[in-house]
Amino acid sequence: MNVLTYLIPISLVLGCVGLGFFVFTLRSNQYDDPEGDAQRILSGDYDDKPKG
Amino acid sequence: MTAVMPPPASACPACSAAPAAEALAAAQEPSEAHIILSLPTIHCAACMSAVESALMKSDTVRSARVNLTMKRVSIEANPDLTAADVIPLVEAAGYEAHELDSTALSATQTDRAGRELLMRLAVAGFASMNVMLLSVAVWSGAEGPTRDMFHWISAAIVLPSVAFAAQPFFKNAWTALKAGHLNMDVPISLAILLALVTSLWETSLSGEHAYFDAAIALTFFLLTGRYLDHRTRSVARSAAEELAALEVPRAWRVTEDGEEQINVAELQVGDLIRVRPGGRMPVDGEIADGTSELDRSLLTGETLPVFAEPGLSVSAGEVNLTGPLTIRATAVGRDTSLHRMADLVSIAESGRSRYTSLADKAAKLYAPGVHILSALAFVGWYLYSGDLRVALNIAAAVLIITCPCALGLAVPAVTTAASGRLFKRGLLIKDATALERLAQIDTVVFDKTGTLTAGTPEVTNIDDFTRRDLEITLALASGSSHPLSQSLTAAIQGAGIGAAEVSEIQEVPGHGTQGRWNGQLVRLGRAAWVDGPSLALTSTCLRVGDGPVQAFTFTDRLRDGAEEAVRALQEAGHKVILMSGDTTPAVEALANRLGIEQWLAEALPQDKAARIQALTDQGAKVLMVGDGLNDTAALTAAHASISPASALDAARVASDIVLLGGELDPIPEAITTAQKATRRIRENFTIATWYNIIAVPLAIAGLCSPLIAALAMSSSSLTVSLNALRLR
Repeated sequence: MNVLTYLIPISLVLGCVGLGFFVFTLRSNQYDDPEGDAQRILSGDYDDKPKG
Repeated sequence: MTAVMPPPASACPACSAAPAAEALAAAQEPSEAHIILSLPTIHCAACMSAVESALMKSDTVRSARVNLTMKRVSIEANPDLTAADVIPLVEAAGYEAHELDSTALSATQTDRAGRELLMRLAVAGFASMNVMLLSVAVWSGAEGPTRDMFHWISAAIVLPSVAFAAQPFFKNAWTALKAGHLNMDVPISLAILLALVTSLWETSLSGEHAYFDAAIALTFFLLTGRYLDHRTRSVARSAAEELAALEVPRAWRVTEDGEEQINVAELQVGDLIRVRPGGRMPVDGEIADGTSELDRSLLTGETLPVFAEPGLSVSAGEVNLTGPLTIRATAVGRDTSLHRMADLVSIAESGRSRYTSLADKAAKLYAPGVHILSALAFVGWYLYSGDLRVALNIAAAVLIITCPCALGLAVPAVTTAASGRLFKRGLLIKDATALERLAQIDTVVFDKTGTLTAGTPEVTNIDDFTRRDLEITLALASGSSHPLSQSLTAAIQGAGIGAAEVSEIQEVPGHGTQGRWNGQLVRLGRAAWVDGPSLALTSTCLRVGDGPVQAFTFTDRLRDGAEEAVRALQEAGHKVILMSGDTTPAVEALANRLGIEQWLAEALPQDKAARIQALTDQGAKVLMVGDGLNDTAALTAAHASISPASALDAARVASDIVLLGGELDPIPEAITTAQKATRRIRENFTIATWYNIIAVPLAIAGLCSPLIAALAMSSSSLTVSLNALRLR
C-alpha cells in the first residue's frame, strides 16, 4: 500500500491543476460568449494586420 | 472641483471612491466612445466576421467584437463617433442593427454574482470528486490506519472547500435566523455543519463512519440548483434590460444657437423641446409652437387622434403624428405623468396578496419537520444507549438523508427548462413565480389598443367611394406621413387605382392635406376642418370643392395571432374579457369580431384595476394582457400579467412576462407549458418525498451508512433533474 504515498498527492495535484485551469478560464472571460467562440474557430479570416 | 469639496464625513471607502471614480470617468470620457449595437439577425461565423470586418474598415473604429450569444457588437471608437454613424456600416453589410443604451446595460457587463456562484460550484465539484474517490476505497473495505488516513485527507479537502463553497447557504440561514424564521437554508447549513463536526469527531476516534463526502456532495448539488436558478433569472434580466436599452432616451432641445440632441435626463423645466412627427413626447409640457395631431392610445387606449395646437398640455408618452411641435417642459423625470402612474401601481401592489410559491410552501412544512425528526432521533438514541457519540452520529445521518437536495433542485431545474422552452417561443419570464401563477389562471383580460390590435389603422369603407374620389384621395394621402394617410395610400394602391392630377398639394399640420383638382379645392383631413359632422369612429373626411363631406372610417388592424389566441383560450375553458379605454362602438365591434362576450369600454386606469380586483374577490385568477400606461395598475393587480415588447417601459416593468415577438398566439401555449411545469414541480416533490420515506427510517434505526446516504442523495437529485428535462 506504500504506493498510496505517491498516488494520493499526485491525484490531488492533478485535481488542483484542473481547478486552477478552470479559475483561469473564468477570469479571462471565456464564458461570456460560448456560442460565438464555438463559431469563431470555423472562421477563415486571419488577422494579419491588427490595428495599432 | 475637488478643492472646494468638503472632506467626506464618513470613513466609508466607497463614499470617497465614488466621486473619485466619477472624476476618473469624466477624465477618460473624451478619449474613447463605447457603442453597443443589438444585432438580432446574426447567427453564424460568417455573420460575425462580416460585421466585424465591415466595422473595422472604418478608420474611426478602433475595435469591434461581436458577441453571438447575446447577439450584440461592442465597438470602441474615436470619441466623436456616434451610433448613428456606425449603424449604416452594419446595415450595408446586410444586418439589422439597433442602438443599445450602454448605461442601461452596464449591470449585465460583469455578472459578478453569477461568476462567484460558478466558482463555488467548481470548487465544490472538484472537492466532491476527489473525496468520492477516497470514499470508494473506504466503502470497499479499507480498514485501520488506511481508513483513518483517507478520512483525514477527506477532511483536509472538505473543510476549506465547504468553508468557501457553502457560504451562500450559511449567509442566508444566518439572515433567516436573525429575523426569527426558518427557511430551506437553515436545515441545509445545519446538516452540513453537523455532518462535518461528527465526522471530525469520529475520525479523531478512528471511527468507521465519516460523512465528509455527503457534506460536500450536498453542497455541490444544492449549488447546482442555485446556479440554474441564478442563470434563468439573469438571462431574463439581461433580455429585459436589452428591451429597455433599445429605447435610447434622447430629445432635441431648442436653444438660441439652434437645436441640440441631449439625453432626456438632462432636460429641465422650462426647456423648449422639438418633437418631430412620429416622435414620442419625452416629458410633460405645453405646446409652445406648431399644430399637429397626437396619438394618446398608449396612455388612454383611445385610438382617435387628438388635435394639438399651442396651449394644449401634453403628457410624456404621447406620439406626435403630423407636424413638428415645440413644447415647453412643465414636468421632467420623476414628476412626469408617466412616473405619477407609479402611485397607482403601488396602490395595486399593496392590494395584491403576496403569492407563496410551491417551494416556499414545501419549505414551510419541511424545515421544522426535519429539525424535529433529527432532534427526536438524537434524544431517543441518547436515552436508549446513553452514548452521546452514537446519538450525534444518528442525528447527523437523519439530517443528511432528509436534506432538501432534491427539493433544492426540484424547482430550479423545472423553471430553467420551462423558461428556456418559452424563451424560444418568444416569451420572456421575468418573475420567478410567474410560471406557477400563470398555471392557475382561469380568466384572461385583454386590453384592446396595442395588445389585441397592432395600433395600425385599416380602412373599412373603401367600397363606398367612387373611383374619381379614390384617385383624388390617393394623390392627397400619398404625400403625408400620417398613419391614416399611409393606410389609405396602401389600401387604394392595393385596389389598383392610380393617383389623380392634383396640384398645389399642401399639408396643414394638425388638420389634413389640401390641393387643387380641376380648379376645385380638395381637402382630406379632420371632420371639423372640412366642415363635416364628427364621428365617434376613427375617420378622415374627403371634400371635393363644395360637394358633400365623405368620411373614410378605420378600424385597428388585429395583431397577428390575436384571433387564434382568443379562440384557443376560450377552447381551453378560460373566460376571455376585453377592457379598453377606447369608445364603446370601437370596442363593441372588436369584441363581436373576436367572439368575446364580456367587454368594457371607456375604462379609466382605475376602473380596469378595480374591475380586476372585483374579479379576484369573486375567486377568479386573472391573467391581464396589456401594453399601455393605462393598463399598468391592472397588470399589477392581476394574478399574472403579460405585456408585448412594444409596450411602454412602465407596463413592461409591471408585468411578469414579456412577449418578445409581435404575435399573440404563444399565450395559450405558455399557459399549457406553465401548467406542465407546475405538474413537474409537484412530481419532483413527490419523488423527493418518496426517497425520504424510504431512507429516513433506515437513518433513524441507525442502519444508514455513508454509502447509503451518498446513493440516496445522488439518485434522487438525478431523477429530479431528468424529470425536469422532460419539459424541454
